Amino acid sequence: MENFTPLSAAIGGALIGLSAVLLMLTAGRIAGISGIVDGLIGSAHDKGWRAAFVAGLILAPLAAKLVGFTLPPPRMPGSWLVVILAGLLVGFGSRLGGGCTSGHGVCGVARLSPRSLVATLVFMGTAMVVVAIVRHGLGG
Amino acid sequence: MLPLVGLFCGFVFGCGLLVSGMVSPAKVLAFLDVLGAWDPSLAVVMAAALAVTATGFALARRRGRPLLAERCDWPTRSTIDAPLALGAVTFGAGWGLVGLCPGPAVENLATLSPPVLVFVAAMLAGMALHDVWQRRRTAPARAASAAPVEADG
Repeated sequence: MENFTPLSAAIGGALIGLSAVLLMLTAGRIAGISGIVDGLIGSAHDKGWRAAFVAGLILAPLAAKLVGFTLPPPRMPGSWLVVILAGLLVGFGSRLGGGCTSGHGVCGVARLSPRSLVATLVFMGTAMVVVAIVRHGLGG
Repeated sequence: MLPLVGLFCGFVFGCGLLVSGMVSPAKVLAFLDVLGAWDPSLAVVMAAALAVTATGFALARRRGRPLLAERCDWPTRSTIDAPLALGAVTFGAGWGLVGLCPGPAVENLATLSPPVLVFVAAMLAGMALHDVWQRRRTAPARAASAAPVEADG
């Protein structure tokens, strides 16, 4: 567990929660990223705040650069096929299930929504199984 | 005013992902890799986010009307059905393959990394595919109403 960073994790988590609370107190909306993004590509009438939220999300690392923190390009799988397949699965699955890590995992579980509790357990469990198979060749 | 609030909330959310390290797929995968050198940081992020959100949402419910909108858009569905489970399995499989979920994926666009651009494009295509499929499937039943499919988040 040498990579465990509980303090920064707690502070960052609190900021994510703060964002969700502020959005509900002001706009009355759930801070679910997949839902916010999906509204931008569909026929939603309220694209303004959605686009602004996405812009804010991208602006954060650019602002961090000003105070000396540069976000490195993330380590991604070498295979384009895996990248494309994963993107398709994340996009399709988050909409079929009605939410992702933020909408179900944070906002839904905070409301003690049974749907969100089930969704969160299922997607975390599935992701853990996939990582076990990919990294440790479980079952193969 | 609403876009300004959206911008600020997105920014704070992005700062949360940055500070916690969850913007990095490697850090997320280290949590999901329970058989490897397990890093429980993501669980702490979730716990802290949940504590703040649960408290703040209770406050929002007591206040009733939000500052800049007619009402709070609380999700209303409570049935645990096949689409929920299948969607979560599909989403989880993609998340486990790369370690990116929608928030960090969008935030990583700032790095202009080509694999991230491709991942986000594929994610948008997946969402669009779902929406088109859902409209076709439900078109006859809901010909009279153009209401979008209700989501949790």
